[in-house]
Amino acid sequence: MNFAASDTVPPRDADDDIPLHTLKVLVAGGFGVGKTTLVGTVSEVHPLRTEETLTDASVGVDDLGGVERKTTTTVAMDFGRLTFSGGVRLYLFGTPGQERFWFMWDQIAYGAIGAIVLVDTRRLTTSFASIDFFEQRQIPFIVAANRFDGARPYSVEQIRDALDVDPEVPVMLCDARDRDMARGALVALVEHALQASKV
Amino acid sequence: METPRERWIGRDAGPVVRPYAVTRGRTRARGPAVDLVAILVATGRTPGDRVWLSREHRMLLQMCGRPSTPADLASKADLPFRVVQILLADLREYGLIEESDQDRQSERPDPRILMRVLDELRRL
Repeated sequence: MNFAASDTVPPRDADDDIPLHTLKVLVAGGFGVGKTTLVGTVSEVHPLRTEETLTDASVGVDDLGGVERKTTTTVAMDFGRLTFSGGVRLYLFGTPGQERFWFMWDQIAYGAIGAIVLVDTRRLTTSFASIDFFEQRQIPFIVAANRFDGARPYSVEQIRDALDVDPEVPVMLCDARDRDMARGALVALVEHALQASKV
Repeated sequence: METPRERWIGRDAGPVVRPYAVTRGRTRARGPAVDLVAILVATGRTPGDRVWLSREHRMLLQMCGRPSTPADLASKADLPFRVVQILLADLREYGLIEESDQDRQSERPDPRILMRVLDELRRL
């Protein structure tokens, strides 16, 4: 596949305020793994949290029955944005990793570049469900191990082994609070997605 | 502008009107869901006599005077994504807004756009 060099693309519109091409990136991972922080670090707009109130019907847990079940669940969805020249906008969405929210993921994942799966090396298992989700749907993803103070440092190889991801999936260490590292994770994802699109 | 029933009681309490009251109880959109990053723009048509638009519908329609995405609209309007998606699907059905042409109807983004993004990300 041929790629047009970026400098041959004429500026489409002087007014970058108008979106012409929009892209999505998902930020996934278990609870408390740093999704909100990562979205906030990368986003040019203030880290936004949109509260999504979901009814039982939309969560799809009706089959569980039970009289005392909750009627609504509120779930916070992180949302960030990066604006590039030529009306290109990149949107980041971080939503809860629990399986019962996957109906949200399916919709957001459609047409997405891919996902950054954040992991906490002290609780790797909490990110397994997210990894499975993207593997099953063949959505490009990278794994970023978020650094937590007091966590034993593991090497990328150790993390890769523990997660048992395919060899071509990039695994990297990250500090979700650090702008350059967070952006590095985005670069790794876009590179990986481009690789995947060539196959 | 704000009516008392929509006043916020406290930051943590949330709006007094439950989010899905705005959609009149609907939790699903009519027709296919509007993608959160679809680019929407007002068609300029005027709503027919039989079309009833809520305050939120009218607010979103006005915002679509400039091409906008549901994600941006939700954050501007301070409404949950799903609520905005349902209201926008209504407006689309009424012929008041439409998706602007974008070659992103495929499941994967255009590699040429990805290359541009990559260049800019590295330069940041």
